Amino acid sequence: MIIDHPLLGPRDSDEFTYLGDASLLDRPDGLGEDAAARFAEYVYMRDNPAGLHRELWFHAAGDLSWLVVTRNTATHEITAVELASDVTRARRAGK
Amino acid sequence: MGRFSALRLLREGLTGNRGWTPHWRDAAPQPAYDIVVIGGGGHGLATAYQLAATYGQKRVALLEKGWIGGGNVGRNTTIVRANYLLPSNQGFYALSLRLWERMEQDLNYNVMMSQRGVLNLCHSDAQRDAAIRRGNTIRLSGEGAVYLDAKALKKDWPFLDYDNARFPIRGGLLQPRAGTARHDAVAWGYARAASDLGVDIIQNCEVTGFDIRGGKIFGVETTRGAIAAGKVGVAVAGNTSRLMQMAGLRMPIESHVLQAFVTEGLKPVIPGVVTFGVGHFYISQSDKGGLVFGGDLDGYNSYAQRGNLPMVEHVAAAGVSMMPMIARARLLRSWGGIMDMTMDGSPIIDRTPVEGLYLNGGWCYGGFKATPGSGLVFAHLLATDTPHEAATGFRLDRFARGHVIDETGHGPTPNLQ
Amino acid sequence: MSGAFRLPGGLVDRDRPLGFTFNGRRYRGFAGDTLASALLANGVRLVGRSFKYHRPRGIFTAGSEEPNALVTLGMGRNALPNSRATMVELADGIAAFSQNHLGPLGFDPLAVTDLLASFLGAGFYYKTFMWPKAFWERLYEPLIRKAAGLGRLPAGADPTLYDKGHLHCDVLVIGAGPAGLAAARAAGQAGARVILADEGFRPGGRLLAERHEIDGARGADWAAAQWQALAAMPNVRLMPRSTAFGLYDHGITGVLEQVAPDARAADKPAEILWRVHTRRIVLAAGATERPLVFPGNDRPGIMLAGAVQAYVNRWAVAPGRRVAILANHDGGAALAAELEASGLDIAAVIDARRDPAVVATRGRRGLRALTLADGRRIACDALAVSGGWSPNLHLAVHRDGKPLWRDDIQAFVPGEVLPEGLAVAGAAGGSFGLRDCLAEGGGAGRAAAEACGFTVPDAPGFAADNAQHPPAPIWELSPGRGRAWVDLQNDVTTKDIRLAHREGFRSVEHLKRYTTLGMATDQGKTGNMLALALMAGHTGRSIPETGTTRYRPPYVPISLGALAGREGGHGFKPVRRSPTHDWAAARGASFVESGLWLRAEWFARAGESGWRASVDREVIAVRAGVGICDVSTLGKIDIQGRDATEFVDFVYCNGFAKLPVGRVRYVLMLREDGIVMDDGTTARLGENHYLMTTTTANAGPVFQHLEFVRQCLRPELDVHLVADTDGWAQIAVAGPKARTLLARLVDAPFDISDAAFPFMACATLTVCGGTPARLFRISFSGELGYELAVPAPFGAALAEVLMAAGADLGVTPYGVEALNVLRIEKGHVSGPELNGQTAPKHLGLGRMASQGKDYIGRALAGQTRIDGAETARLVGLRPTDRTQPLSAGAHLLEPAAPRTQTHDLGWISSVAFSPTLGHHIGLALLNDGEARIGARLCAVDAIGDTEVEVEIVPPQFIDPEGARQRG
Repeated sequence: MIIDHPLLGPRDSDEFTYLGDASLLDRPDGLGEDAAARFAEYVYMRDNPAGLHRELWFHAAGDLSWLVVTRNTATHEITAVELASDVTRARRAGK
Repeated sequence: MGRFSALRLLREGLTGNRGWTPHWRDAAPQPAYDIVVIGGGGHGLATAYQLAATYGQKRVALLEKGWIGGGNVGRNTTIVRANYLLPSNQGFYALSLRLWERMEQDLNYNVMMSQRGVLNLCHSDAQRDAAIRRGNTIRLSGEGAVYLDAKALKKDWPFLDYDNARFPIRGGLLQPRAGTARHDAVAWGYARAASDLGVDIIQNCEVTGFDIRGGKIFGVETTRGAIAAGKVGVAVAGNTSRLMQMAGLRMPIESHVLQAFVTEGLKPVIPGVVTFGVGHFYISQSDKGGLVFGGDLDGYNSYAQRGNLPMVEHVAAAGVSMMPMIARARLLRSWGGIMDMTMDGSPIIDRTPVEGLYLNGGWCYGGFKATPGSGLVFAHLLATDTPHEAATGFRLDRFARGHVIDETGHGPTPNLQ
Repeated sequence: MSGAFRLPGGLVDRDRPLGFTFNGRRYRGFAGDTLASALLANGVRLVGRSFKYHRPRGIFTAGSEEPNALVTLGMGRNALPNSRATMVELADGIAAFSQNHLGPLGFDPLAVTDLLASFLGAGFYYKTFMWPKAFWERLYEPLIRKAAGLGRLPAGADPTLYDKGHLHCDVLVIGAGPAGLAAARAAGQAGARVILADEGFRPGGRLLAERHEIDGARGADWAAAQWQALAAMPNVRLMPRSTAFGLYDHGITGVLEQVAPDARAADKPAEILWRVHTRRIVLAAGATERPLVFPGNDRPGIMLAGAVQAYVNRWAVAPGRRVAILANHDGGAALAAELEASGLDIAAVIDARRDPAVVATRGRRGLRALTLADGRRIACDALAVSGGWSPNLHLAVHRDGKPLWRDDIQAFVPGEVLPEGLAVAGAAGGSFGLRDCLAEGGGAGRAAAEACGFTVPDAPGFAADNAQHPPAPIWELSPGRGRAWVDLQNDVTTKDIRLAHREGFRSVEHLKRYTTLGMATDQGKTGNMLALALMAGHTGRSIPETGTTRYRPPYVPISLGALAGREGGHGFKPVRRSPTHDWAAARGASFVESGLWLRAEWFARAGESGWRASVDREVIAVRAGVGICDVSTLGKIDIQGRDATEFVDFVYCNGFAKLPVGRVRYVLMLREDGIVMDDGTTARLGENHYLMTTTTANAGPVFQHLEFVRQCLRPELDVHLVADTDGWAQIAVAGPKARTLLARLVDAPFDISDAAFPFMACATLTVCGGTPARLFRISFSGELGYELAVPAPFGAALAEVLMAAGADLGVTPYGVEALNVLRIEKGHVSGPELNGQTAPKHLGLGRMASQGKDYIGRALAGQTRIDGAETARLVGLRPTDRTQPLSAGAHLLEPAAPRTQTHDLGWISSVAFSPTLGHHIGLALLNDGEARIGARLCAVDAIGDTEVEVEIVPPQFIDPEGARQRG
């Protein structure tokens, strides 16, 4: 696969390692009241859609960016690639 | 339908092979069943068979969206073993291995269960120690395992690279009673036996929704109409999340693609199954002579049933590194299956929060060897509403409870398991 | 033997005769021949045996779809089994051997299976061999396995070199037939970067086999001229002998290149695997002819009509003296005229649409005659068969999509929705007229170049005829009149298809799996379509309703060696060596793999009886004096920024806010599920500067994790990370005399006294007169210990200096084995305990976790359990009888308990012989471990066949109060 890195342009997916669902960006508060239950959900449960999937890739053999890639799990087509740090900042700003 | 036997083969051969009949009835759906099993793969078929054979269920239907055996039971590397590290897994797989050993007699179908041994190579002292820990778990479960050092290995496995390997072969854990089986025959054998016992095997019948009212299931909607059911068992490897989403349930599962490969036919050269300890590579030779092998997941979520070239190359490199002679073998076919990868690498066989809806899934890339055991314990759960004693660990809520069954220690990152 | 069947003309170079052998007999051919054409030229018709019934078989095709003519090339380690004679470019000295027979090729006793065929139909093995149970592995299976298989894999390492590479292009054109050449020409002229790949060694595709003219020139000459013109374009790369075997995601195409025989050398690769990155692809892979099904259709001498045509026209070889032709279209008559013009006798032209059908054939080792339904017997030694052509659409559907059925050509073509960027041209898309092929190719080439942003100059089209011979929907002749083959290699006959239908295996996937149809080395290229049509006939469904099996890579079989490239053998993974590697080797070290690293395991001395003697000596030297050990392989991550403290505090379960500058902390890093990810030490070098060390194995994963936390979870923090493992050489200096030794190296005014530089202190300083260094007072061994780091280039020199400066102290280099003994004696956990299944509490480290802050892993650390060892705690153990050894991996049970899973209490994770204590010791993870201290259990190692009674003790065997390391 080819991942169109927002800073570096198209790169072979061989240069990346994969982590999984971008919901991992939404870490609950570890000191929160129902932390154990919320973390069990955060750590273990996944939507796992057959279709568009926002997911985390790490440019390990590249610039060490974490990316949020929007990819169709049925066709492998990639429709968007963002810097994960941008995504997290934008979510915080939106809250 | 009639039993299979050498005598019958002879008789049919002399009379033009006209007496053979379909191995299973291609049934049409009835309006209602006591139990509906979704998924005509190995596990669904084995479950349907056990419901009828062991638990005396009379009104059982098995629904398959395509043709039976078209999923992972027909696209795997056919390895059968019970060599697990953790007791919740090992106890179950030990049961499964014992069922494999009598499958041909149980089903009157030769699934070519071939107990030629599975060898896991070790390349360091740490791997050897881990192998011994595992070997002792296996022995405590009543199953067999032996550790062979490099010198002993050379006798039966002379073709491994003992001299120039990047990671030297120190020895290996061998399970002599493990081996391989003809994967398609397992599906067909169960289908035939289940059909004989009255199970309706309904092909080209895709489930499109559940009839759930007040937290209880009453049936399924399918491309061939609604079917009422007292209980519904889901055994749809690779698609568990999709099905369970129809019931409003979120799963500790990611779907990943695993590629598998076979070479052109070659004269016998590899005696059993051998796995590489550092490159994640496993290989055996089929009765027809093809080298059947596989490696890691491609590593990203996928429902596409196909993988990409980097993993093909990586798997080949691991294989050639381990046994240089196979460089001259040619890759003939490759395929990709969708794996339900759970967050701890172990399966789920449990009731769900929906009354009457039961789940058998999350087999990761190890479902084939589990087939007979999975069928028995899932049928037990469906018929009795209590977990089978060999599957008490495979609970859906174990993640929330913190009682994971993490064989490899990779944690909740399915693509590394 | 001379080429008795060689005709005049053709595209072989008669000035370059080549000698070769087949089954030991010498023959001659010419440059330009394939092994198959050269064999036919010499009248060799029987070349192999079929897979199941060991039927005599001859050459059936002239291309990569060959099902029959598989040979082993070469001998010994150079033997290459299952080579298709039709694709082997003839070279001087080739030695080829037939396969899959016992005894000579002409008399194979295994052909007895052929006589038993009535009992060995599809799936017969599922119905028998079940009694008695044990006989499957002992008797039946070995017999089957011995009879099965094709060629024999040579033992030992493959002497061939393989290579791989990446290529990038705007337009990849697959196939150098008329469509492909026209496509490449159009795209190339526009200036696009073009790659033209063709599986053959001569461009032209079917133009070489047929007698078409283009622009008034002979097709083969036109192809050569186009090829030349393309070769002159700097933006075009021509790749003959290169098969595009798979289309993968995002336009990446796998291409396997065979190096030309005359360019081969022992030190050069013979095959090159290319990953071709494309923007546009033109699939012009042509089509594959299929035969017709009739009784006895598998004899040597029966050949595809297009292959007969190729042998005559391209290679100037007569496949027989008297040729009969059988076709379900008008091409039969046209071929007859061509062959006659070449001087061949035409025995008959049988039009399957009207003429009496073939009901039988004769000739055990080669065709001698046909019998027709009207009783006529036709003497012939070759039969050209054509049942129409199937487009080579494979790459168009490797990714997604289903082929589409076209009634007019009785074939599947690529579907309407093609993979993004891919276009199909010519016969691959079902266009069989030459003019259409040229026009489609040119059009596809233009469109591809335009899509890449190039302007395409106008160019005139090519003039050619457009004759086509669409086949009638006839697949089988004379059904029920005798055994008729569908899949030649795997011996699938019409009876097998019928049986599959009868037994319910009616979907194509079931049919394939039950009969083994299409699973041979030819991947069903000539047979699958026939079987589909026959099954459709049995079920009454149409062919498109019946459907095809899924097309998957590779398009043709490709060697694993090529896929592995240079990564086989020792090249599987890179080797990492520490800066002191050569120094250690010179000191007698042996090395052990630790991940990708090689680390010194021990430094053997002359006269030592074995590794234990070396390790014992090294351990004692550390405990009694001073030793040095390279620890450069530990991961080092430099962490800086205004928020560095907050960051470090978040990724470790320990508290960090109060750690002063100049101090080190032993740390545990958890995963979010509460399991220990890694341990190590982290030093605060400055107010906003930390240096983290990780274990050797986890350096990469920990860094990735930290970047995840930094970028994904806490992007608001001002903190930056640099992985600096390779930047520094680090040497542990341990033992009661460590300070004495190091005091000789540190530059003034650094004060190394215990008061100024206590346990868990760290500093940046210079050593040896100005060399920058970092010093950490930390101890894995439990002794007074330091780790001294210098820039990596000074690593070996530092080791030398330490050895020289400490000579009078008896300084001793020690390896990782001694390091391991020392840490077990001290009760420190390492890889076997930090195995991804243990939480801090299991390791007795639960108190390290800070209560007052959020950190990765906080929420779940308390509840995560180990399956089977739910209440495990780290303990130490020693054999009650101190002379007995312990084994790692043994499980712990009550001495009287049954040896079963339910009584399993835990396992021994690490063991060592302690030279300090004089007996074996171990660490274990044991249920209720703390409560069992003082108890006696049995260490059961069924694998090693030992049971040893052990005493459970606290994990620290040496200096539990820590006085030594603080000394």
